[in-house]
Amino acid sequence: MRPPIDIYGISKHYEDIIALKDISFQVNKAEIFGLIGPDGAGKTSMFRILTTLLLPDTGEAYVQGYHIVKDYKKIREIIGYMPGRFSLYQDLSVEENLSLFASIFGTTIEENYELVKEIYSQIEPFKDRRAGQLSGGMKQKLALSCALIHKPEVLFLDEPTTGVDPVSRTEFWGILKNLKAYGITILVSTPYMDEANMCDNIGLIQNGEILSIDTPGKMTQDFDRDIYAIKTKHKHKFLNTLKSYENTYSVFSFGDSIHYIDVRNNVKESELISTFSKMEFPEFNIEKIKPTVEDCFMDLMKQE
Amino acid sequence: MTSDAVISSENLTKKFGSFTAVDHITFEVKKGEIFGFLGANGAGKTTAMKMFCGLLRPTSGKGFVAGLDIYKESEKIKKRIGYMSQRFSLYEDLTVNENIQFYAGIYGLDRKTIRKKQHELSDKLQLTAYQNKLISSLPLGWKQKLAFSVAIVHEPDIVFLDEPTGGVDPVTRRQFWDLIYEAADAGVTVFVTTHYMDEAEYCDRISMMVDGRIEAIGSTDHLKAKYKVNSMNDVFLILARNVEI
Amino acid sequence: MKRFIAFVKKEVFHITRDFRTMLILFGMPVAQILLFGFAITNEIRDANIAILDHSKDHISEKLTNKFLSSGYFKLDSYLQSAEEIETEFKKGKIKLVIVFGKQFGENLNRFQSSELQIIADATDPNTANTLINYTQSIVRDFVASLNPGPPTGIMIIPEVRFRYNQNLKGVFLFVPGLITIILMLVTAMMTSISLTREKELGTMEVLLASPMKPIQIIVAKVIPYIFLAFFISIIVLLLGYFVFGVPIKGNLLLLLFELLLFVLTTLSLGILISTIAKTQLVALMISVMGLLLPTIILSGFIFPIENMPKILQWISNIIPAKWFIIIVKNIMLKGSGIDMVWKETLIILGFAMLFIMMSLKKFNIRIG
Repeated sequence: MRPPIDIYGISKHYEDIIALKDISFQVNKAEIFGLIGPDGAGKTSMFRILTTLLLPDTGEAYVQGYHIVKDYKKIREIIGYMPGRFSLYQDLSVEENLSLFASIFGTTIEENYELVKEIYSQIEPFKDRRAGQLSGGMKQKLALSCALIHKPEVLFLDEPTTGVDPVSRTEFWGILKNLKAYGITILVSTPYMDEANMCDNIGLIQNGEILSIDTPGKMTQDFDRDIYAIKTKHKHKFLNTLKSYENTYSVFSFGDSIHYIDVRNNVKESELISTFSKMEFPEFNIEKIKPTVEDCFMDLMKQE
Repeated sequence: MTSDAVISSENLTKKFGSFTAVDHITFEVKKGEIFGFLGANGAGKTTAMKMFCGLLRPTSGKGFVAGLDIYKESEKIKKRIGYMSQRFSLYEDLTVNENIQFYAGIYGLDRKTIRKKQHELSDKLQLTAYQNKLISSLPLGWKQKLAFSVAIVHEPDIVFLDEPTGGVDPVTRRQFWDLIYEAADAGVTVFVTTHYMDEAEYCDRISMMVDGRIEAIGSTDHLKAKYKVNSMNDVFLILARNVEI
Repeated sequence: MKRFIAFVKKEVFHITRDFRTMLILFGMPVAQILLFGFAITNEIRDANIAILDHSKDHISEKLTNKFLSSGYFKLDSYLQSAEEIETEFKKGKIKLVIVFGKQFGENLNRFQSSELQIIADATDPNTANTLINYTQSIVRDFVASLNPGPPTGIMIIPEVRFRYNQNLKGVFLFVPGLITIILMLVTAMMTSISLTREKELGTMEVLLASPMKPIQIIVAKVIPYIFLAFFISIIVLLLGYFVFGVPIKGNLLLLLFELLLFVLTTLSLGILISTIAKTQLVALMISVMGLLLPTIILSGFIFPIENMPKILQWISNIIPAKWFIIIVKNIMLKGSGIDMVWKETLIILGFAMLFIMMSLKKFNIRIG
């Protein structure tokens, strides 16, 4: 029995640009798999190949056991797809959009209302409003409802949260988590590293290559260097000083602190404190922390 | 209004018909400050930004940018500001050098200065080998860094950045912020919107807009202390959706 | 079938909810036919002329009156000498000068012949030609009226008559041409734009990744435009009939059938364009530059094909609109049946099949 999404050695190029290099990964049933990477990493090409819209140069892939080239018609019946920057039909109302997508898949809103209820009930008060007049967060909810209305077995969401504010993003991820209860397998992509923790499994992708695949917890656990968070009032100056410090492996700002990694393994915190104190900034606070997915990503980029 | 305020507004309001997009906002941004302008989608950030850039006439209230009245002196304001957004930045079908020439030319820089700027920029951004390459052939991160540099090529008093780092990889995003700091150190005031909450932490002060009003303003430390939370994400949640944490 | 109907319904919403599209679709045909009918016409009325009468007798006066009462000419001035002709022309006010020779009436009585010179401003050759034709026919009538009895010598006076459009009314020709152009606009341009819009929005991706077959997408997309094209054609026909008296002499059903055939051709051209164009703007440009302009120029709508260089005449054969205009003219103005237009019909049928096949082949089940 194949897992719902099963990918072996997929490669794709456009003229002289290599979009995907030998990608392989699996997504298990009712799992949220996050493909995490910046714009231009190859996420969209991967989605288009899996949704049967694009032919790979080499490699094989299966969705629910169906081959993405030979059985493309079968796949199209059982998937839900929300492309990046997907914007619905602006001149149709909320309800018209949803009912259109229901009809396209040969079903009705009533038939699968249960599945979209949680999401759709939030936008239902505006059901007569044109989709073009909805706010960003509501548009995104409507688009998800449209992708779900036929009760797909596998859901493909290409950058659903890009350009959406943090609150709507948090809500959106809550909705996705609830969908797992219906046994829906979800492949989702995002450029926001902090969303990685919402996924069961993640693949970090950059320049068409998967840098790492694991659960977010394991990935950060396996990070084999010590990361120190430094808090100081003079963040920017401190950062610049550390950049030219001889024992710095990497240093970068990270929200309200600076993340510092030393070239020496197992260097003691007390030693760092005494070294840094001799620099111009006496007032700081240093603490060994657990790495985040973003730390892992930047470290992998550095190794490339 | 304090003497070193580069942007200041008093009860600035913009209505579209019966809808109030910006509702009596009053605040100041000081010279050389990095000011984060946050809020949910549709909270009125873009409308407010357009008024400060002289692109949209306010309905009521006062507003000054670089000491100029946004009602009467919008043309003068445009010469003193730079603007960059995620969507519109550079011409894809022009080369790196041609883009620099074009934008510098718009602001009336003379030929000698333009040539000097071209050298400076390509050195700083390590684009020397790409000077005659089309913008469309550059990776997104490089484009955004170049777009920012071009937006301040005429040495404006203020630069407005609308989600400048959307979709950019984490390393390049930090390089981008290095450029912002450099500009701020040189005395340019930076007015920036972002959806990355860690970037809010990089700002000297931020304001949080909710339904057209400024609900909170101050340094991130100040705001986190005020709302008794650990992260800006939580501050955002409390303010934008009245969520109890 | 239900998904098909839902899709057609959506397409109708797109069309009817956009005020600007509606304005273009319905306002443009009406404006154009009124414009062509009233303003841009081959008929010339009240052309300014000057008269230089060297004899000033009652016959020259009588002929002058004939000219001026014909409705074609309006007297600008009487000239006194031949030198003035040049200066009057240069002023640009007059189109034609009629010069009566000396002893015009006397010579006509005595020698049965007299001199009349007609000088036209040929900077606009079409107008000049038409005016000269008018003058000649007035003179012929006048001469005939002077000899009421049987002709004294053997004289052959050719009488030219224009058939089917006796008064050479421009609007007769413009109605078939206009229907053709409007059908091109509504079907080819609008469908190519509406298909590329779905590409720009990203909705095309979702549709393709759904169980809807590409052929269903296309047919559902196209059906509202077929109705629209018919509806607008009928508006143009009615306007032509009631406002300008353009007749429909042939079989209306045959005309509608030919209309449908042509619409199928242009629709598949529209789909073909949408497979090449990535954005609405590109689709618009290809439609205008690649379809509309060649059609206007080479279909015989405005410029007669017979007057074109051989190579352009040859090219005009691959313009479907050329054949369609011939068909429509024949059916509407001559009352021809299918026996008269079957050749042209077959040619259009061929084009339709070719384009439909090409667009189906090019409209991919995938993107890129």
